[in-house]
Amino acid sequence: MNSVGEGCTDLKREYDQCFNRWFAEKFLKGDRSGDPCTEMFKKYQHCVQKAIKEKDIPIDGVEFMGPNKDKPGG
Amino acid sequence: MVKYFSNDIDIKTTWDQVVSAFWQSSHVLTEDVVFREVTADRRLLSRRLLTKTNRMPRWAEFLFPSNLSRSVYIVEDSVVDLFTKSLTTYTWNLNHATLMKVEERCVFRESNEQPALTLLRREAWISSGVYGFSRPIQEFGLSRFKSNQVKSMKGLEYALSNLHGEAALHQPSVRNTVKAAAEKAKTLASAGAPQKQPQQYV
Repeated sequence: MNSVGEGCTDLKREYDQCFNRWFAEKFLKGDRSGDPCTEMFKKYQHCVQKAIKEKDIPIDGVEFMGPNKDKPGG
Repeated sequence: MVKYFSNDIDIKTTWDQVVSAFWQSSHVLTEDVVFREVTADRRLLSRRLLTKTNRMPRWAEFLFPSNLSRSVYIVEDSVVDLFTKSLTTYTWNLNHATLMKVEERCVFRESNEQPALTLLRREAWISSGVYGFSRPIQEFGLSRFKSNQVKSMKGLEYALSNLHGEAALHQPSVRNTVKAAAEKAKTLASAGAPQKQPQQYV
């Protein structure tokens, strides 16, 4: 799977690998030890945030779960 | 006017496996995590930015040519809650929103009666702001949403089969065990939905 920033795909894949391992082996098992992927994430984010700005993708300032707040249960 | 759709699906796979497979995406051009946080109460919050090609029916391509070449940007926010064994996702498109806005909420929850079963409740709200075309655009959106569900379940099945190599082979798969119960589709009159507007090319 590729990143929206063409030059960020390698960093993304490295981070994804780290995250998937941590998620399945630590997080899901309730292991509270720290996230080993933070440095990798920082590098990846630096790259992808630059690409987002360059492509003018309007994602900044969008509230987490934003529109969901107004949605009642079905 | 907003079209609302919901259905419930049983997935014969444990919640842990479903949630692990969730991070493998398919049917997208690009996928990026842009935010992630583990909260004090051990919930995992994530935001992903996805891009997809914009596939429209012929009549829409003709009427909205400027939309054709532009990718659709989609935001997917998710919360993994270990205590309630639930994964809630909320997805919506950032652009092309006047043409058609699709918001989707999914809740994957471990079944209380059968821990080897995961229940998926899926809901969508589809609206269009184009004067004179909102109804056919919404109908198109709804029918594409339904067919995308089939693709998504296949994608999930594929991701499950890739996960954990051998272990996955011994797990029941999603194929032929996806039971869609209580499917519901209705039109909502919503104050928040776009009202009639002059025809726009976006």
